[in-house]
Amino acid sequence: MNSGISLEHYLALGAVLFCIGIAGVLTRRNAIILFMSVELMLNSVNLTLVAFSSYLGNATGQILAFFVIAVAAAEVGVGLAIIITVFRNRHSINIDDVNIMKG
Amino acid sequence: MELQPTSIAFMILALVAIFSALMVITRANPVASVLWLVLNFFALAGFYVLLGAHFLAAVQIIVYAGAIMVLFLFVVMMLNLNRIGTLERSTLVLRTIGALVAGLLLIIVAYAVRSIQMTSNVSIGAMTSMGTAKEIGLSLFNRWMFPFEIIGVMLLAAVVGVVALAKRDSIPFTRRTTGAEQ
Repeated sequence: MNSGISLEHYLALGAVLFCIGIAGVLTRRNAIILFMSVELMLNSVNLTLVAFSSYLGNATGQILAFFVIAVAAAEVGVGLAIIITVFRNRHSINIDDVNIMKG
Repeated sequence: MELQPTSIAFMILALVAIFSALMVITRANPVASVLWLVLNFFALAGFYVLLGAHFLAAVQIIVYAGAIMVLFLFVVMMLNLNRIGTLERSTLVLRTIGALVAGLLLIIVAYAVRSIQMTSNVSIGAMTSMGTAKEIGLSLFNRWMFPFEIIGVMLLAAVVGVVALAKRDSIPFTRRTTGAEQ
């Protein structure tokens, strides 16, 4: 038994960061801060993947985290372009103003 | 129970990560949120170094803290959100429900983490050379060759999509929508 940091610590930290991201998505109405909360959640999942990779002695988790970073980069690019388009049409990025598709 | 240096580093980084994450979702000014998120990304890069994933730590700082956050800051400043960012109509009910749902999820996930049967309770850390650029590159260009190429195609699609979306007056329905409102 040693006093080092085990896998459980990393999983717990990943869970806390993920839930902070969830709280951000649910409570904020600013579209850009919503995107930042999504980034927080993606990062917490990456942390979990890398922790499992280190625990299992297998590089697959790190490769998967690498792919997640690439997908997040593409997602941020497209998402911010959509925000710019919405801002041009509505002059607001409050997501309560973007309810046109609700009918 | 003596504390190892990595344990102290983990605790400091965990405090920084959680505090900066809370700051990201509570700041009214989007620029302040972006800067706290950069700090959060640096803390996560520190965790990757502790876990032996050196290549991923570098990618985290270059891609996330470098490229993605510059994109965020650029959009915030282009839309001049310092002025309108504070006009957030978030009600107390909404905040309560959001915090409640997040707290419940945290309880569920914490229960799941506690119930995992660990095969070994050893501390994990930078023991191997698994996370170096050489090892990751060898793995990426052998076993994960096809997904890596697909990522390239996906990034190309994203670039084309961003240019098509953000170019002024490039989409027909954009003009129609604004015309109908006036």
